[in-house]
Amino acid sequence: MAAQKTKTGTPVRPNMAVEIAGLKLKNPVMPASGTFGYGEEYAPYLDLNRLGAIITKGLSLQPKAGNETPRICETVSGMLNAIGLQNVGIEAFIEDKMPFLAQYDAPVIVNFFGNTRDEYAELAARLDELPGVAALEMNISCPNVKQGGIVFGTEAGAAHEVVALVRKKTRKPLIVKLTPNVTDIQVTARAVEDAGADAISLINTLTGMAVDVKTRKPRIANTIGGLSGPAIRPIAVRMVHQVVQAVKVPVIGIGGISRAMDALEFLIVGARAVQVGTANFVDPHAMATIIDGLEEFCQNEGITDINELIGTLEV
Amino acid sequence: MKNRKTIILSNQEISPGYYRMQILAPEYNRLAKPGQFVMFRVQRSLPPLLRRPFGIFRTGYVEPDCDGMPAKEFIEIIYKVVGTGTGIMQELHQGDRIELLGPLGRGFDLGDPDEEKILVGGGIGLVPLYMLAEKMVVNSNVRLLMGGRTRDDIITVTEFERLGVGTYVSTEDGSLGEEGLVTQVLERKLDKYPKASVYACGPMPMIDAVQQICSQRGTPLQVSLEALMACGVGACLGCVVKGAGHSADHPHYLCTCKQGPVFHAGELDWSRLATPDAECGGDQ
Ligand SMILES: Cc1cc2nc3c(=O)[nH]c(=O)nc-3n(C[C@H](O)[C@H](O)[C@H](O)COP(=O)(O)OP(=O)(O)OC[C@H]3O[C@@H](n4cnc5c(N)ncnc54)[C@H](O)[C@@H]3O)c2cc1C
Ligand SMILES: Cc1cc2nc3c(=O)[nH]c(=O)nc-3n(C[C@H](O)[C@H](O)[C@H](O)COP(=O)(O)O)c2cc1C
Ligand code: FES
Repeated sequence: MAAQKTKTGTPVRPNMAVEIAGLKLKNPVMPASGTFGYGEEYAPYLDLNRLGAIITKGLSLQPKAGNETPRICETVSGMLNAIGLQNVGIEAFIEDKMPFLAQYDAPVIVNFFGNTRDEYAELAARLDELPGVAALEMNISCPNVKQGGIVFGTEAGAAHEVVALVRKKTRKPLIVKLTPNVTDIQVTARAVEDAGADAISLINTLTGMAVDVKTRKPRIANTIGGLSGPAIRPIAVRMVHQVVQAVKVPVIGIGGISRAMDALEFLIVGARAVQVGTANFVDPHAMATIIDGLEEFCQNEGITDINELIGTLEV
Repeated sequence: MKNRKTIILSNQEISPGYYRMQILAPEYNRLAKPGQFVMFRVQRSLPPLLRRPFGIFRTGYVEPDCDGMPAKEFIEIIYKVVGTGTGIMQELHQGDRIELLGPLGRGFDLGDPDEEKILVGGGIGLVPLYMLAEKMVVNSNVRLLMGGRTRDDIITVTEFERLGVGTYVSTEDGSLGEEGLVTQVLERKLDKYPKASVYACGPMPMIDAVQQICSQRGTPLQVSLEALMACGVGACLGCVVKGAGHSADHPHYLCTCKQGPVFHAGELDWSRLATPDAECGGDQ
């Protein structure tokens, strides 16, 4: 298709805005939780107002210590991490982090988690009161300490229960972030949709492990970590494709996105927006480059609205 | 703090396994402080995926090609080939394009003028001490104690001497200078200059031994630490060390990339610095 031109010959700027559960994003690109700190870490390198939204590091009620080091190691086209969800806790977040974020007009989405159902619920209620928070992203890839450490998101029943409880505590848009470490992602996706999720984001990291053959020790202190980066992209695209088939709520695609072409794969299989994680470490300007690349792709393909592209997979 | 696409001016082996790379780097003469580092993107394709951290050895200007042209600014890094990233770096040539993020982190406090300064460098740990010495020689007596396994690990000592720094070399195999550990030399120097301040960078066992010596004597100490890093800007929390007073209920971590890499010894929890023990569970 030829690029659309105005009368003066300049290409028409396509509409890049998308909407997720009533939340208007100026474009479909936002950072993945835990890879962008609280925004301020990357502000010297990237205009945060360019982003569709800002997503903050996973938050808990109390400050959380996190795992021993080494916490990260590079693997083939990816990295393993076991940070252990270290974070400042809700009080310090409100006091020290929110005022910085309030300077920007990009909506702030707070990623949060709990060790028990009650912790999830209490935190959701606190976040619901904060005017600076546009939406919540609920990370259910955490072990339930009250139930032998089984990860909430790996069991559809547990996932349904905790999401339903949180749903009662907030009227803000509720995005539920799924773990890919399950047999059938469609089952968990349907369970959280049924429990009242307004949107679903996926994937969180895949569990993985690497060994230092000289010392014969695991390369990260926690032994097992979460794999992210380009290596996981085909798995993430497959899972987003499957979830889009299974649910009606909007889906946000995450996993190994480093370039506009990568983001396009997710949009074409039906994701309404995307999150960029590990690529921020490689290039602090990555999200701006991706946003520019998406716009350029639309212009070159004669697409006037990026929404026309979403869910256009030909099979 | 900027990310720049830039080019390599030169890349040469200076001792077996050690390379010195000069990189075009505007603004670094003004911005870079002793002890700061850069995140180096080795190439735009994979591997390696993540950037690699390197201390800034020195900054400077290249003579312009003709009168009237502005002088080009550069930084130099010195690296030891240890793995994938540094393995690719040793193959790079003049004119090759790379990316630099920096200058990053908190560097050294220069201390009081006129007081005795003792710098302790173990192998590649010598790198961040050069700019420090450059600044310190202006108003203090500076001594460099340089340790390594063999003579191959002793690099750039003559450049420190040219600054006017007194240098003392020791190697574990005795192939250059005194035979033994750099910490033996440190004890002797502190006997002689009990009021000196110490600035150290090197492998963790060396840093740990230096810390014990200094804390016994009440000697002020700053250390530059290494950690595995993904982002270099305080976002990933991969590079943390435990700060003094850390406990599980009151976590107190410091990011090596942002609050470091240089720390005053008193800021850190030394009991657990050298012995990380694995526990805790859950993926992200
Ligand atoms: C603030 C800072 C400043 C540094 N300055 C210098 C310097 O001036 N010169 C220099 O040669 N090296 C320096 N290092 C270490 C350097 O970053 C690593 O040697 C390099 O990243 C190894 O990359 P690689 O791909 O070759 O090794 P890999 O293939 O990734 O790993 C090979 C080995 O190197 C170790 N390693 C990897 N990354 C690091 C790291 N970030 N720190 C310590 N060990 C690591 C691995 O555990 C492994 O044993 C510095 C590190 C930090 C944190
Ligand atoms: C260092 C690191 C920390 C992370 N922390 C969180 C977190 O706190 N909460 C969360 O929901 N996901 C967390 N994630 C997962 C990412 O948000 C993302 O789902 C995953 O990395 C896949 O995307 P990517 O391949 O683009 O990195 C983290 C990932 C990394 C690499
Ligand atoms: S390297 Fe990411 S926080 Fe320090």
